[in-house]
Formats: sequence, C-alpha cells, structure tokens
Amino acid sequence: MLLLAGSVPVDKMNLQIGPIDFSPEGIEVDGSKLPINRGNEAMMTAACQVCELLGLERPIGLIAGDIGKRAGSEAIYHYLMENLPSMDVDVMTLHYVMPDLKLNKKVLESIKKMVRRPILIADAGSMYVAKAGGDASFYDVFTPDIGELAFLADEKADHPAFTRGAIFHMEDDVTELIRRAYSTGNAPSTLFVKGRVDYICHNGEIVEAIEEPAIETMEPVGGTGDLITGMISGLIYAGRDPVDACIIAGRANRRAGQLSNPTPATQIAEIIKFIPEALSEVLETSG
Amino acid sequence: MIKWFRKKKKKVDSKSNKANRGLLIFAHPTTVIAVEELLRDEGYEIRVVSPPPSYRTGCDLSVEIPLESEAAIVELLHSVGLSPMDVVPITSEGMEPLQFVRVKDFGRYLMVRAANMKMTVDKETKEIVNISGGGCPDVPFLATSMLGKRLSDAPDPGEVGFSLCAYSLNTAREEIIRLIGD
Repeated sequence: MLLLAGSVPVDKMNLQIGPIDFSPEGIEVDGSKLPINRGNEAMMTAACQVCELLGLERPIGLIAGDIGKRAGSEAIYHYLMENLPSMDVDVMTLHYVMPDLKLNKKVLESIKKMVRRPILIADAGSMYVAKAGGDASFYDVFTPDIGELAFLADEKADHPAFTRGAIFHMEDDVTELIRRAYSTGNAPSTLFVKGRVDYICHNGEIVEAIEEPAIETMEPVGGTGDLITGMISGLIYAGRDPVDACIIAGRANRRAGQLSNPTPATQIAEIIKFIPEALSEVLETSG
Repeated sequence: MIKWFRKKKKKVDSKSNKANRGLLIFAHPTTVIAVEELLRDEGYEIRVVSPPPSYRTGCDLSVEIPLESEAAIVELLHSVGLSPMDVVPITSEGMEPLQFVRVKDFGRYLMVRAANMKMTVDKETKEIVNISGGGCPDVPFLATSMLGKRLSDAPDPGEVGFSLCAYSLNTAREEIIRLIGD
C-alpha cells in the first residue's frame, strides 16, 4: 500500500481514508471531493498519475480538514498512532500537518511496532516536526526547498521561521547547507533539495544536480514542490530506489513546467495536467 | 534580480537582564502578531521569541515582556480579548523569528520570500497571483483566501492564519506593501 497522509484546507472536515480518485478537477477520498490546490491535493494527484501510468494500485489517502486550528492534524496523528501497526504499508508519505512534537513521536513509536517498516517520505509540516524532534534520520526521504534546507541546516531552529539569519544568508552556498544538515543529523538518507538547481543527495553526498530545463517562472507557482513529493512517492512504490525516484521526479517536474509555459501567475492545475506526458518522456529516456 | 533587505528593526530592549523579563504564552503564533502590534503601540519594550521547551509543539511563538509591567500588560490584553494562556519566567534565551526577506523581480511580477513562504504579486494591479512554500495546514487555506485579490482587499494572514508559516507570510506581505504599496 502507498499511504499518503495530510490535512486539507476545509474547516471541520472529519478524517477520511480510502483509495484516491483523481480527475483534472481534483481528488476524491471516501466521498469527499477536493479541488486541485497546492498541498496535499497536488501531492496526491501527482502520486496517482504515477500509479496510473505504471499500472499500480491507487494510493490510499488519509485526510482531515484543518485550516490551522490543529484538530484535523491531531486526528491524522491519532489515526496513524492507533492503526499503523495493523496496516500493510509499503511506502508512506506525510505532508501538510500542524507540527506537534509529542504526537509525531508517538506515530514513530507505532511505526516501530509494524512487522515491516515502510519507506518514509516527509515534506512540509511533517518534515518540520520530524527535524524539530530530532528524528530526521528515522525517515528515508525529505524534499526541502532552499529555505527549508536552511532550516534543516540550523540545528537550533524548531521551524523554518526560526532559522538564524546567518544561516538564511548561506542560501547561495547550497553545498554547505547540505553538509550542515547531514553533519547535524537533521537529514534522512535521501534529500531532494528543490531550487534553481535541484540537488539529489544520498548519505551526505550530492549524487545528481538537475539544472535543465531551467524554468525560472516555476518558482513562484505554489504546489510545484508538492508534485515532486507525489511523484517520488509513486515511483518508490513502483520499486525505484529513492535516489532514482528523485532524479526521475525532478526531471519530470521541470519538463512538465516547460510544457505548461508558466508565468509567475500560473496555477498548479496548469502544470499538473502535463505530468503524465513529462513523466512518460523521462521514463523512456532514463530506462 | 535578487536583492537582500533587512527589515527596519523595531525598538527592542534586547540587553535587558533576563531575570527581569517574562514570557506571554499564546495558543496560536498569529495571535502574537496582534499582541506585538498592540504592545509596541503602547510603548512596551518587547521581543517576539520562541517559547520555552515545555511549551513547544513545533509551531509556536511567545512575547517577552518586562516583568514589572506584567499586571498592566495582562489586563490590557484581557480587555481586548487577547489573554495569554500563561505567563512564565524566562529560563533560556528564546530565538527570534526570521525578519530577513528576499526579493525577486520578474518584470511585471514581484516575489518576496520570508523564511519558507513566498508571495507573488502583479505590480500593476497589486493582485496576489501566487503563494508558495510553507508546510502548516493554514497555508493552502490562506492561498485560497488571498489569491486573485488586491493586497488591500485580501485577508490579513495575521488575522485569519494560525501558524508560524502564516506569520512568515505576513512578513512577506508587509515587505511587498512597503515596496509597491497596496
């Protein structure tokens, strides 16, 4: 099972779990329809597109409504704490949730009770809470952007908003930030750093740098990083090792951006529709 | 073109003896935005910092105040419905949220990033055209609420958001307004 978990921006929507249906308009989980948006909806759509393209089972979505009031996020943490040990999960991606150090540590305790530990991917709030709790090395893949990499590189910061100015200013030296993130134990084995150049790192080493095609106008578009996380999730579920999955996802994301010819005002739905074509091209050339 | 800016530093009594300072603890980081504005307007020397470890969830802010003003400050906050959850003595130096921003000019569009949050506006219409980054659940909600609106008409992330990401988004928004107006 590919389990994708995170909150959606609907106030007081109860927790839902089930196979994800997707269409150009949005996703549907257990009867709840959600329009395309940055965040979990974009991540889940991209993962579904990978699974459909490669003939895999649909991912399972675990969602709850949360507009920042915490209740939906807490429902997700509690569901995972109580149910993971009896679930057969191959790959689990944790995405937008309100960081809660105590509840996340309880989720990790539940994962330790599973017969077979899933491959763990974290982005957004789930990545923040993993790092703030000192648990980054428990995970397999993080997908930070440059600002979030600076947060991972600052051993004292609990949240990207607390990244110290001196480290925030080191963003032009991505290599040093990557070194700091690994040397302080705040990175998992595989790191996908999203930026003007995408860096794919494994155990402290940069193993791939993706620069082309360079689509500068993708940076302002909310949700492009979510597409990368979703594609990585689907590709790892398909059997690719995490580094290969990151390389393919990074190339496909740039190609989808190129096909959509974005401006800084482009919305993520305009890029999502090119993911299958872009992914097919990249898979064909990468073997 | 990328430029670095240091936001104008507000008057802060950072050298005060921490034994004479206390911390106001709140349920949501964005409550701190309103509290910070109110207390600075009233002339109090305060700092916005991370709370002590026992209060940290991973997404929180607190307000450092002079302890001799505690009673007056708490009464003031209570009178406007911004009562803190708790007032505690300082046991360790809190970290201040990042106030640096990065600006990128795309010609017609301007993008400002504060910490992990980016806001992009159309310089001609002042319309918010994209919000990117962040990881707390109110970010997609804020994006839905603010996109397509002029800066002057869009809801204030400090008022409708709840998280540190909303706090950073507000920092980006303030910088955009400072640069091009609303």
